[in-house]
Amino acid sequence: MTKVAVQFTLNDEEQNEFVDSGSTLLAVLRGKLGLYSTKAGCHQGSCGACTVIIDGEPRLSCLTLAQRCTGRMITTIEGLTRDGALHPLQQAFMEGFAAQCGFCTPGMILAAKSLLDRNQSPSRDDVIDAISGNICRCTGYEPIIAAVLAAAEQMRAEMKKSA
Amino acid sequence: MSVMLEAARQIRLVPALQAKGAMIVAGGTLAVAELNYGQGADGTLIILDRLGLDRIAVVGKKATFGAMVTMAEIARDRRLKFLHPVCNSIGGPAVRAMATIGGNLFAPAPYGDMAASLLALDAEITIHDGKSAKKYPIEVFFRQRKKLERCLVVSVSFTLPASGSFRYSKAVRRKPVSASVVTIAALLPRRGGKVVGARIALGAMGSHAIRAYKAEAALEGRSLDSATIAAAAAQIAEDASPADDAYASAWYRRQVVPIHLARLLAA
Repeated sequence: MTKVAVQFTLNDEEQNEFVDSGSTLLAVLRGKLGLYSTKAGCHQGSCGACTVIIDGEPRLSCLTLAQRCTGRMITTIEGLTRDGALHPLQQAFMEGFAAQCGFCTPGMILAAKSLLDRNQSPSRDDVIDAISGNICRCTGYEPIIAAVLAAAEQMRAEMKKSA
Repeated sequence: MSVMLEAARQIRLVPALQAKGAMIVAGGTLAVAELNYGQGADGTLIILDRLGLDRIAVVGKKATFGAMVTMAEIARDRRLKFLHPVCNSIGGPAVRAMATIGGNLFAPAPYGDMAASLLALDAEITIHDGKSAKKYPIEVFFRQRKKLERCLVVSVSFTLPASGSFRYSKAVRRKPVSASVVTIAALLPRRGGKVVGARIALGAMGSHAIRAYKAEAALEGRSLDSATIAAAAAQIAEDASPADDAYASAWYRRQVVPIHLARLLAA
């Protein structure tokens, strides 16, 4: 297998890796970098479990070739926690019982984060659209929608406080 | 899996690579999914990121999309509001950020909702065969799609529809988005209250997007009253050959497409 060099910023840290040519970002994250929170689900873009954020947009890491990530900024859920403090979305998911088996949770949270990064006051429909590519087989979605809206409210309150 | 990625440097060089068996990867939502399932696993993948095919141009009444323009980019373009419902019906935000116009033209049923819309809009597809660029009406493109897989789709262009003349509907099993049970895109130009030159395209009702010629004929020169709508709905499945898949049976698709057409025309 031919190895190729890739360089990208992962969770604010520079990464320089030699990866198998043609490997997906998902394979590199899990197999090479040991970031197992990015889940391997359907491998065809249907479930959203492998969602990461690349240059501010949600992307499916199972369908993204690692070589195309050179020069990109990638965020996985490991990059959301700061100094041990959970991101408001993580906190809201925990408090609102928005995770049961947890398999969809990293993808759900990153899909929601990419929404909140550009829309701090999302409507319920905005949230539904943001997570529409992510399948959850446990919760029935309602606790997830409520958690995203609660996190948005929390983030707005924090911004107001710090302004 | 043994694959090599090659970044295409010039449009004209891509078809020669395709002739040697290389596979184009545009957004990755089709090609990489195939690779993940062991199809086309050995060989070269061509990526088109450096060819400048990611631009949207709207000049006068004509819109042109480079083949690498994504659904998300169209959905952000205020000049193309009539296409936003189409883009937003395709996958979730992550798929829309990746899926391209060029890729959608090759999407197998039940996918290809944008392709159905482009068929209704009478789009023109520009293809490079390695020697020169040629323009194909979209219906010719679909008829020759298998053969044209060895060429590079460069761009798609169409005339912007008159305000309110383009309508779109997609029936799905799981709201808000899923693969299509049936997709309907309709261009309904009107003169003096009568429909003139209707184009109705169906997705998931054949191996690729198709025109519903008989339903179009039922609308021609008529106002969109309940009798006309009923006549068009009665003809809508006549030109279709849907398949069974995980989302719906061919029988079910034939049963529901008249209902969805009637709703779309009455809206």
